[in-house]
Parts: sequence; structure tokens; C-alpha cells
Amino acid sequence: MSVETHEGVHRHPAPTGFIRKYIFSIDHKVIGIQYIMLALAAVIVGMLMSLLMRMNLSWPGTSWPILATLFPTGAPGGQMTPEFYLSLVTMHGTIMVFFVLTTAPQGGFGNYFLPIQIGAEDMAFPYLNMLSFWVTLVGFIVILLAIFVEGNQGLGEWFAALGPSFRGGSGTVGPIGGWTGYAPLSALGRVAGPGQGAGMNLWVISIAIFCVGSLLGALNFITTLLNMRTKGMSLMRMPLTCWAWFTTAVLALLSFPVLLGGGILLLLDRIAGTSFFIPGGLYVSGLLSGSNPNFPLHTGGSPILWQHLFWFFGHPEVYIAILPGMGATSHILATFARKPVFGYRAMVFAIFAIGLLGFFVWGHHMFISGMSPYSAIAFSILTLSIGVPSAVKTFNWLGTLWGARIRFTTAMLFALGFVSLFVAGGITGLILGQSSLDLAMHDTYIVTAHFHLVMGVASIFGMFAATYFWFPKMFGRSMNEKIGKLHFWITFVGVYAIFVPMHVMGIQGMPRRYSSFGEYEFLASLHPLVVFVSVAAIITIAVQFLFYFNVFWSIFKGEKAGDNPWEATTLEWNTTSPPPHDNFAGVLPTVYHGPYEFAVPGAPNDYVMQTDLEAEVPGENGHNGHKH
Amino acid sequence: MATMVTSTRPPEIKKGAGTGPGLPGPNGNGSRRGGSFRDPEQHANRYRIGMWVALASVTMMFTSLSSAYIVRASSASDWIALPMPRVLIASTALILASSFTLEVARRKLKASLTKAYTQWVLVTVALGLAFLASQLSAWRQLSAAGLYLSSNPHSSFFYLLTGAHAVHLAGGLLGLVFLWLRSRWITTDAAVLKKRQASADAVSIYWHFMDALWIYLFLLLFLWR
Amino acid sequence: MGRVLAVIIWIITLLSVGLFISRKWWFPEAISEHAPALDRQFLITILVVGISFTAAQVALGWAVWKFRDTGKPGDRAVYSHGSNRLEVLWTVITAVIFIALAVMGQSVWAALRLHDAPPGSYTVEVVAQQFQWNFHYAGADKKFGRTDPSLIDDGALNFIGLDQEDAAARDDAVTAALVIPAGRPVELRLRSKDVIHNIWVPQLRFKQDLVPGMEIKVNFQIQPDKIGKYELACAELCGQLHFKMKSYMLVVPEDEINALQAMPQDQFQARVKELLDKYPLPTK
Repeated sequence: MSVETHEGVHRHPAPTGFIRKYIFSIDHKVIGIQYIMLALAAVIVGMLMSLLMRMNLSWPGTSWPILATLFPTGAPGGQMTPEFYLSLVTMHGTIMVFFVLTTAPQGGFGNYFLPIQIGAEDMAFPYLNMLSFWVTLVGFIVILLAIFVEGNQGLGEWFAALGPSFRGGSGTVGPIGGWTGYAPLSALGRVAGPGQGAGMNLWVISIAIFCVGSLLGALNFITTLLNMRTKGMSLMRMPLTCWAWFTTAVLALLSFPVLLGGGILLLLDRIAGTSFFIPGGLYVSGLLSGSNPNFPLHTGGSPILWQHLFWFFGHPEVYIAILPGMGATSHILATFARKPVFGYRAMVFAIFAIGLLGFFVWGHHMFISGMSPYSAIAFSILTLSIGVPSAVKTFNWLGTLWGARIRFTTAMLFALGFVSLFVAGGITGLILGQSSLDLAMHDTYIVTAHFHLVMGVASIFGMFAATYFWFPKMFGRSMNEKIGKLHFWITFVGVYAIFVPMHVMGIQGMPRRYSSFGEYEFLASLHPLVVFVSVAAIITIAVQFLFYFNVFWSIFKGEKAGDNPWEATTLEWNTTSPPPHDNFAGVLPTVYHGPYEFAVPGAPNDYVMQTDLEAEVPGENGHNGHKH
Repeated sequence: MATMVTSTRPPEIKKGAGTGPGLPGPNGNGSRRGGSFRDPEQHANRYRIGMWVALASVTMMFTSLSSAYIVRASSASDWIALPMPRVLIASTALILASSFTLEVARRKLKASLTKAYTQWVLVTVALGLAFLASQLSAWRQLSAAGLYLSSNPHSSFFYLLTGAHAVHLAGGLLGLVFLWLRSRWITTDAAVLKKRQASADAVSIYWHFMDALWIYLFLLLFLWR
Repeated sequence: MGRVLAVIIWIITLLSVGLFISRKWWFPEAISEHAPALDRQFLITILVVGISFTAAQVALGWAVWKFRDTGKPGDRAVYSHGSNRLEVLWTVITAVIFIALAVMGQSVWAALRLHDAPPGSYTVEVVAQQFQWNFHYAGADKKFGRTDPSLIDDGALNFIGLDQEDAAARDDAVTAALVIPAGRPVELRLRSKDVIHNIWVPQLRFKQDLVPGMEIKVNFQIQPDKIGKYELACAELCGQLHFKMKSYMLVVPEDEINALQAMPQDQFQARVKELLDKYPLPTK
């Protein structure tokens, strides 16, 4: 049912009833919160898995009663089997990368704030938006199913009754191929060992479903930004958050289909006997290819092809994970520095450059894969070039702080933390991007340190900053600043304590995806570091529950917040907290200024809102004129 | 640089007013025509934009499958080229015809000849169904010759690529059916009519893309081997 | 608050840099000819990394220390949208440093990976499987016996499918340890029976994936004085016992290699066992 306006544009009335308001809602704000809630749930699962991994590595041989109770097959007598450990590695990576880092920053905050920041009443396709969330949720349920199919004996048996493809029951908590699922290990099926059965099928299916959800979302973001900006909101007046969400959506649009294609090929290899990734002449677990129904005949497939397809997606994916955090950081830094973003144009170009170059560097994951050594040279040089726009962004963040008047709110602390951690994580890309050095560093903990610092920490700090910043707008109440600051201090120190030692662990040679380091003498002296990292991890993970408490308590009992508690300038602060169903109570704003007009000389306040009709900002021609 | 001190009172935007007298018009590339409410033409444009964006992602998926095809064809020694089922020529003719009929339909709608539009859409649906039937026939032909999905790499790609195309085409058929159903609801509302044209345009873009994609896949499968 | 943050950032920076400089946990001593160049490139890179990291953290700390909001009315930030000159300057400088690093780094890679093994190299065929290493030696005739997957029989200990009917296979030996000469180019022909593995010896400063369906040839050379026993690990996830896929690389003098070449399979294996007991693992 629609209401016609005098210009004939249909607008939906506000929904009524609990289901339409909070469950099956087409309101981008509700959908944004749903994505955030999904991420909050997924990250708990991911963190618990990492905790179990750390326990296994640091105190090998210990019998953990809780493991013995929950996972009698996977951890008999309370000690993890190696395949159980590897399934934790796989599920931790998959859940964190997809269901945390590719949901909350874009589907969560992006969905909520992109339409408001460009002055629109909703996304371009509200029903498609709702569909994209529910598809993503189904993907999450499927990946959780993978845990049960492979794990707990009881449920595993129930699944096995559904048919041979569903037989898992290896006692793991999912497949064991790593989040990268390299073929042929991931393509051969159960003949290649435990954790390669039904759990693996569900893994591929879950990721395929996730691809679809992500593509629907990307479509919405791009169309909304191109089509629905309000009067006066030119592209160069958009907040940097919008630029980041837009570029992220383009990356998602062009990279997820490649993963979908690869995933379909992998699934066909697993269940339809094709040989896209499986070469001929294999001898696995005592069986020759084609000699046994458990191991059908394969010929001519290329394992490296899987890597190419996966990483062509995989590299843009990591930029999908970090760009929204970069946008939020720029936005929050300017707001609390009370100063415009230094080099807005350069920041926009840097976002583009990172996005574009991100498509040409996937081979740096494959230097020693067996691909042509000549292409390794090209990928190596391109990879180090991508460090340039990242460095430019860092310089501009520092420039934004120079001459500032910084207000140290929790959101600001996390944004500053982002800058520190992004530098720490990104700078080791200079090492890993060189093919020569990769000869020594591939598949060691220095890789783990690098990607955790940028994705698992910097990106998360971006989300924390966004949460503390936008919470008042979303819920009309403030989060507790004292608890927030405590959360920041312990987390900030904690993450450095966890991941800096991993660099030297990797230099000495600690390999990735080893369930135990006890076999090699050259690793023996690293044990104290391993324990140190685990203790830091336990403390840091524990402190996150402060954050959860703060979020959920404040939703109901937080101090009430006004429309613009931070004295910020962009369009979301022009409307109520929380905004009405159509964001602007029927009157779309008109934009007269750029997004970061702080400390404008001569203005009565130290900030000029984008909608301020009468304020004069230097550099703009005449009265509310057009930006250079 | 002016240094006039002004207040930061939010602007009074009169409801429904565009750039009325007294309010200087801001430049910038926001909505082109003024007003607090969205311009119907621009509103309808989102369907066209959305469709092009969606097609970018479909292109990427078929690009990834194509690159897998090309890599596989050139690397392994077990490549046995499939004989082309003759019915695929009929497939090509059918889908080309359907693009033609849909384009006719779209132009009829633009000329406000709604009844003709509806009829031509139906013809396109019929041709689309016939295309799918011809695909089915081709698969039947191959499986009767003992060539299945896993028989050899070329057959794997044949079934995969034509299957993926058929799935997407079926989606297009659903779009056409949707257009047909919508067209049965008579209206003179300008905004609704604009939206309808945009939907028809969007489905057309998709359908023509499916046509071009078919030609590309056909050439890939039977010229590059 | 700003001062506290600055101090904490600086302490973290100090501790992090200190951890690296102390080299308490670091590369083991290198044994290959290309290693000095690789280690030098690593050092140069880590210097750039360390300086950039420190400079950025110091600047960040300084900014949050100095530019706090004093709360004084009228005290505002500097109104600046940026500086094009600065943008160009730091973009160019960064690009020059990064690209220079990248290009410099290619020389080590090119020397190793773009050249085939020279004639006279000592060649070993490597066949990896879940979860052991198989090294195939050509024997005195310097010809590798024919192998075929259909002949593989793990139960009968024919791990690589060696064709016993082939004349060239008679003097071949297959063991679980890699034995190579020092001071002479070595070529490895890498294959895999089942999934992707990766051959890695940290002291070698070298690793390479073994991909089923491909034969990948790599070559390197050990420094003449680096005789000894070195641990060999798998560096690409290959299944649940990936962490246990262990072997050793023995670097032996030329006369030992010649003696081994003349030995039949049983003697070869026995001698390798002796050598494994004889040489200790490196201490640094």
C-alpha cells in the first residue's frame, strides 16, 4: 500500500506490528542493526574458537574437562585431535572474515547510515535489502550446521540419515581446509581424511549463499548512492564514509561472483565427479584415482586454478573488510579533532586507488604456488605499490590531527587506535609483498600477525569506533563512556601484546595451521612467547564482554542523547535520535556545504552543519555556492 | 572571503517548495530537479541503474568460469572436443528472435500502446520457453551419447555454462512474467507509468544481455577448443 | 587522556622495536648461497618498516599529546583542508621508496627462480604425500627409473610407484630423508601424490609448493662449509597430520654423495640412518 505525494513519488507509511517493525523489516535502519547483531553473534563464536586454539597451542597435553564433555569424539579425554584443531582454524577464519568483517562494517553501519548521510529516505531497493540480510543469515545458519554435522555424534548421525553427502561425524567442528580451502584437499572429499566430508559441502554451500547475499547488498549500495543523493549533495560533498561504502560495494560486486564461480566448480568436483581442480594419477589414503567408489576417476584438473579464482576474490575481500573502517576513522577523527579532514580529495583518490589496485595483486598469495615466476615479479611490484595510497591515507590522518583540538571520547580513542594499528599491520605488507622474502615467510606466523593486525584488529577498531560514535543516533541513548574507555585501554594494549610477538615467532619459523609445535627443535625456544600471546588473548577476549554489556545495557538504560551530541556536521546529525522511519520526517535536507566544515573562521560555532543555509565557508563561491 | 557572521539556524524548507524565490539554488549534482520529494523520473531511473550494476556482477561470474575454461582447455592433455548438438542453432535463433520481440514490446510501451506491449511480451515469454526446451533437448542428446557432466572437461564446462545461463534466463522469464502481470493493472498515474517503463527497460536490458551471453558462450564452447 | 595515550603508544613502539632488535627470536643461521642476499634484503626492508612504524607512532603520539582540546572558548583548531604540495611530496617519496624496495627484492627471486639448474647439478626427485616425504635418488647411472601412479603401493613400501622392470630403476634409492651435497648446485623435481604440500627448511631460506599434477623444478646451492643435519617441514596445509610431516635434510661432503650414489637401496637407507645419527641439529 503506498501513499501518493503531490509529485507522485510513492512512499511507504511507517510499519506497525512487531514483525514488520523488527523482524521482516524493509527499513534500512532495522536491517543495519540486524546485520550488526549477526556480527556480534558470529564474533563470539569466532573468539571462542580462537580461545580453544590458543589453549591447545600453549598447554599441549592438558586434558580440558569442558572439551571432553562437549566434544567426546573430537577431543577424547579432553585433548584435541589434530583435525579438531584444524577445524577450529577453518571455522574461525571463515566465520570472522565473512560473517563479521563483511557484515558489520558494510551491511551493518553502511546500511544504516549511507542513506541518511546522502539525504535519502531509504535504500533504492528496500525489499532487496531485507532479502540480502535474510540470505546472509541463512548462510550463517548453514555454516553453523557444518559444526554439528562433523562434530557431535548424535546430531551427526541424524544428518547421516539424510544421505551419503551428509555423512560427517569425524568429530571436528567443521571442515579442515583452512578458510582458503585449497584444492585438491578440499575437493577430494572424505578420501582425503577427516573433516573433508559433509562439513566441507556445507562450507562451500554456506559461502555460496553468502556471496548471493553480499551481491544483493552491493547492488543496493551502488544504486542508492548514484541515484538518491539529495539536493546539493554532490559526490565531492559526501562524507568519506560514503566513499568508503561505495568503493567497498564495487569491490564486492566484482569479486564475490568470482568466488561464487569457483565455489560452484569446487562443489561439482566434490559431488558430481568433475575434475576442475583435481588432476589425474592421484594416490590418496591408499587408493588410486578411479580404483574405488570412494575415489572416482579424475583427470587433468588444476589445483592452482582454485587458488587463482579464490584469491582474485580474496584480495579485494580484505579491502572490503578494511575500507569502511578507514572511512569511519576519517569521519570520526575530523569530528573529534574539530578540524576538516586533511586532503579530502586525496583521501577519495586513495580509496579509489586501493580499490582498483586491489584487483591486480592477488598473486602475492601465490608466489610459491607453482605459478609462473615471471608473474610473481609483476604481482610483487604491484603489491608494494598498493602501499602508497595506504600511506597517503595515514599521512592525511596525521595531518587531520595536526593543529587540532582533540576531544578524547571513546569513539575518538578507537579511531586513533585504528590509525596506530593500521600502520602496524599494514607496514609488514612491505615484507610479505616481496616475492624473495616470501620464500622464507610464506605460511609462517608473520603472515598471521600481518592479517590479524589489519583485519582482526584495525578493522574491528573501526567498528568499535563506529559503534561508540553512532550509538546515540541509533538508539537515542549514550553508551557509558567510562566503561568504553576501559574497554579501549585494555583492548588496545592487549591486541599489541597478542600480535607483535607473532612477528618474531614467524621470523624464527613458526608455521601456520600447525596443531602442535612440539615436533621441531627449531621451534622449541618459542614456547614462552606462545604462552604470553595466549595469556594476552584470554585477557583481551574477556574484556570484550564489557563492550557487550555496555551495548545491550545502554540500549535500554543508557543516558538519553540528543540529536547532535557530538556537535558533528553531517546529515545524520540533522535528524532525531533515532531517526523517524523515513529518516527526515518528510522533508529531505538540502546540502550547502562540504562534510567536514569544522573550525570555520568567523562562524559562531566551531562546526558548520552541511545543511546550514546561512553559514559562509571560505573557498565556496558566494552564498552556498558550489564547491571547487 | 566573506566574514559575515551568520546564525546556524537550520534552513526553513517550505514543504513542497522547489527553488522558490528568495532561496538561492545550490549547485552540485544532487537531485537535478528541486523539491523535497523525489523526482519521479529520477526515482524510476534506479531500476535501470540497478540492472546495469547487477549485470556487472553476472559478467564477473561468467568471466571467472570462462577463465577456468580457457585455462583448462590449454593445460591438460585430456581435452576431447564435444560435437556440437545441432539443436543449439535453433537455440540461437530462438533467443535472437526473443530479443527482437522484446525490443518491439518495449518500444510499444514507450509509445503507450499497452495492449501491443502485453502481446509482444507474451511472445517473448513463449520464445524464452522454447529456448529452454531446446537447451533441454541438447542435454538429452548429449547424455544419450553417454556424455555427462563428469565425462570429460569439455562436457563438464558445456553442462555448467549452459546450465548457469539457463538458470539466469529462467530468472529473466520470471521478470517477463512480472512485467506481463503488472501491465494488466490499468493506470494513468504518471509516476507509476514511468516506473513501469523503467521496469520494462530494466528487464529488457537483462534479456538482451542473456542473449549476448548465449552467443558468447556458444562461440566459446564451440570455437575455442 | 591525550598524554596517556601518547605515552602508551610510545611504550608499545619501544617494546615492539626492541623485540625485533634484540633478535632473541630470529632466523636460524642460513646455509644457502642465495641466503646472504635474501637476509640483506630482509634487513633493508625491516629497517624501512621499523623506521616508518616508529615515525608514524611517534607522530601520532605527538599529535594527541600536543593538540588536545583545552576547553577554552574561542580556541579552535586550525582551519585547513590540506595541502596539495604536501600530498604530492609524500606520495612521491613513498612511491619511490616502496617501488625501489620492490625492484631490489626481485634480484634474489630472479636469481633463484628464473634460471634452470646448471648442468652437473645434483638432482633429486621429491614426492610428497600425506604425511611423509619420499626422496628418489638416481643412483650411479644418473637416470631416474620410471615411475607410474598405478604402481604405487604404500603397503608394499613402493611409495613413488617405481617400476622395478625398468633398467634405470635398478640402482635407484628412495628414502625419507633428503641428502644433498654442499658446494654444488642442487635440483629438486617436486611432485605430489595427493594434495598440495610445501617443502621447507628454514636454514635454506627457501620453500616451494608441491602440486599434484605438476612437476615443479627448483634449484639452489648450499654453502661449502655448511655440512650437517637440518629439520625439514611441510609448509602448506595438507591434512590433519600436517604438523607432523617431518623429515631431515642432510648436507654431506662430495665424497659421501659419491659413495651413496654407488649403494643399492638397502645400503643407501642404512647409511642415511647412520648419517642422521652422526650429525647433530644446528645450535643457532
